[in-house]
Amino acid sequence: MKTLLDVENLSVTFPTRSGSFEAVRGVSFSLGQERLGIVGESGSGKSLTGRAILRLIRPPGKLQATAMRLEGDDLLAMSDRQMRAVRGRRISMVMQDPKFSLNPVMRVGEQIVEAYRQSSGGGRKERKQRALAMLESVAIRDPERVFNAYPHEMSGGMGQRIMIAMMLIPDPRILIADEPTSALDVTVQMQVLNIMDKLVSERGMGLIFISHDLNLVSSFCDRVLIMYAGRVVESCRADQLYDAKHPYTRGLLNSLPRLDAPRDRLAVLKRDPSWREPLAAQIPTSGMPDE
Amino acid sequence: MSVSLGEWLNDESPTSRSQARFSSIYHGWIEFKANRLALLGLIILIVLVLVAAFAPLLSPHDPFEQNLANRLAPLGTDGHVFGTDSLGRDILSRLIYGSRITLYIVGLVALIAPVAGLFIGTVAGYIGGWVDIVLMRFTDIFLAFPRLVLALAFVAALGAGIENAVLAIALTAWPPYARIARAETLSIRRSDYISAVKLQGAGALRIITRHIWPLCIASLVVRITLDMAGIILAAAGLGFLGLGARPPSPEWGAMIAEGRRFILDFWWVATIPGIAIFIVSLAFNLLGDGLRDLLDPKSGGAS
Amino acid sequence: MSDVQGIDIADLNVWFGQGPERVDAVQSVSFTVDKGASVGLVGESGSGKSTILRAITGLAGSWSGSMMVGGEKLGRKRSKAFYNKVQMVFQDPYASLHPRHSVDQVLSETLSLHGLKDIDRRIIKLLDDVGLGTAFRFRYPHQLSGGQRQRVAIARALASEPSILLLDEPTSALDVSVQAEILNLLSDLRDERGLTYLMVSHNLAVVGHLCESVLVMQNGQIVELLSIEDLRAQQASHPYTQQLLKSSLGFVRDVPRQT
Repeated sequence: MKTLLDVENLSVTFPTRSGSFEAVRGVSFSLGQERLGIVGESGSGKSLTGRAILRLIRPPGKLQATAMRLEGDDLLAMSDRQMRAVRGRRISMVMQDPKFSLNPVMRVGEQIVEAYRQSSGGGRKERKQRALAMLESVAIRDPERVFNAYPHEMSGGMGQRIMIAMMLIPDPRILIADEPTSALDVTVQMQVLNIMDKLVSERGMGLIFISHDLNLVSSFCDRVLIMYAGRVVESCRADQLYDAKHPYTRGLLNSLPRLDAPRDRLAVLKRDPSWREPLAAQIPTSGMPDE
Repeated sequence: MSVSLGEWLNDESPTSRSQARFSSIYHGWIEFKANRLALLGLIILIVLVLVAAFAPLLSPHDPFEQNLANRLAPLGTDGHVFGTDSLGRDILSRLIYGSRITLYIVGLVALIAPVAGLFIGTVAGYIGGWVDIVLMRFTDIFLAFPRLVLALAFVAALGAGIENAVLAIALTAWPPYARIARAETLSIRRSDYISAVKLQGAGALRIITRHIWPLCIASLVVRITLDMAGIILAAAGLGFLGLGARPPSPEWGAMIAEGRRFILDFWWVATIPGIAIFIVSLAFNLLGDGLRDLLDPKSGGAS
Repeated sequence: MSDVQGIDIADLNVWFGQGPERVDAVQSVSFTVDKGASVGLVGESGSGKSTILRAITGLAGSWSGSMMVGGEKLGRKRSKAFYNKVQMVFQDPYASLHPRHSVDQVLSETLSLHGLKDIDRRIIKLLDDVGLGTAFRFRYPHQLSGGQRQRVAIARALASEPSILLLDEPTSALDVSVQAEILNLLSDLRDERGLTYLMVSHNLAVVGHLCESVLVMQNGQIVELLSIEDLRAQQASHPYTQQLLKSSLGFVRDVPRQT
């Protein structure tokens, strides 16, 4: 499998009054044309890992890595200008809440056309045609109406689908989705996931899917990284997540209430300080697709 | 069982109400201290208070003592560091005594205007409906007049004098506070913690005074300190126009007004009190900026 | 007829605004919760499930119909005695605690509002009951984690020793491991105190864990009442409930995967 992204020993630190705080510590993984899930609880550093790939760590936060390569190009060595070209064109990001990602005073259509103009040019008419086609491809039934609407007139699911549509316009190699569906109702959630799923498999993109929902990640992704306290504590095939070995992963799974396995009391996760330490065993940095 | 003061203040699980309070004040102070400019502002204001308190000890001369033989002495004259004014009074002494008047003005306005504004704004915002409409239109009427002109009208009606000037400034200064307090209240009143206390059967008065006021006060304090400069200038302006402090009162604005006649030949007579006003206004602004960073309720409290 | 000590709601309508701006959030909803029972209300955002809780507590707009809660027929205003019997836990523990009030202040005010004596002892007991301990008594919300905040919110709701707790998505803002702790706490408290729960959630597994039956809401109406056995057996008659059940199992691919 072709490797799209290669991250080695990534860490993100923030200075605090008492020394520095390492929010992400020595994370290594590689991404091919697959759906890679990153799960963890709040504060585990999963979102920061996603942002760090795009070098979107705000000062005073500091990003360090042994290597971070996108199809062989060194992301760490790039100038800010080159990095801007990478963001959106080669790696796109979808955030949790579409409300904060769309410009509220611009019509949806204008924003999509603008995205086309920046990425590929083409005539006005052509750009509009492509925008409408794009809206249709994310299962929006009435693209013409949505094209002329303002973001606040959209429902959450609609907004998120538009965001995904926009992120895919420049035909990026990698899509980073940070909790893209947790603000959505479950039924809409499935729709959005299906769209992402189809786009990823049709275009051969790599998807990094950041989520706290173990159930969702195990059913949606190919491979999962489990993060705890800024470290990857375990990495496994998504369909084998329920057979995970690490006590933290096991603890998380056991603490989930399940309809198919009712219990009087839920298991409570007892955190072991040793989970914070680096793993003795080497984490396999690339997994196999399940075929 | 001996614990150092620092440990006591930094204790993550305080054991009494007072320890929790002191510890939260202490952490606020640490954060405030990190802002050098705000600290400078605070120091200047503390100095001002000390100067006002010990004016009789600090001033080299009686501020009202005239000496026509030595009028309009320049800076650095023997015994008169900042020179003398048109009646030969020592400018430094007058500045020192004037600080009392400045503090008096600032203190009184800070006592009247924000309290009135807080009360009207929170009541209007919390109760809503016609109470809100009536109170806010009333506020709008006051807001629609230029402040100094309105103050002039009040002083004209009440008579010139420092107390009336203060009253006039306070009466013109409250509407912005009412607006801020109302805006804060509107965003607070629908929050879950207000709903939660309603579910305990708390009445409107209790919710406003115990739950809404503490959150509004932060933004008001910031606004007051930032407005103080304007209030000092307004008081000075009234003094300058002869409607505030009456001669021979050493109010800083009135001192500038007196010095105006000689500004071309004896520049220091007007400039020195001008610099004093500038420094104190600046100090309030710096302090206000620091407090804004510290007290902003949106930043989630001092942490 | 149902037990009058529980919740008996008949033909409840709740609406906001007037005239053309009127929004009917809840439309002719009827259900009962027996004393000591736990019932879940599930549905999507905007389905009116939280509005029902707010209508019961008197926090939501205008309503019609009849509500019997804790043996009391509810009118326009809620009596003090009502708040002694019925309390609510809110969704977001980051928004339900006053940012400048310490745990001690929150609890002592609540206790004194209910006219209870012996406040010091009661605070210690409450903190102990929700598993916090006295070390947390004088902390401010910003010194607490999400789960600890939710425990404080539960302690506040329990202060007046109510018999009915309305739970508005009490764990949806929390991590799964913390969610387990809070759900355990809620079921322990129910056993100890014989509480009646009406819980709103969008998570079928959470409702399935804590409740005996589930009301499914869509567009302001109740579309189905399911026993927990039917829910676990995935036996639902309404297509919307079936869809909810299907999505609770995780993601299912529309088409067979290519490659």
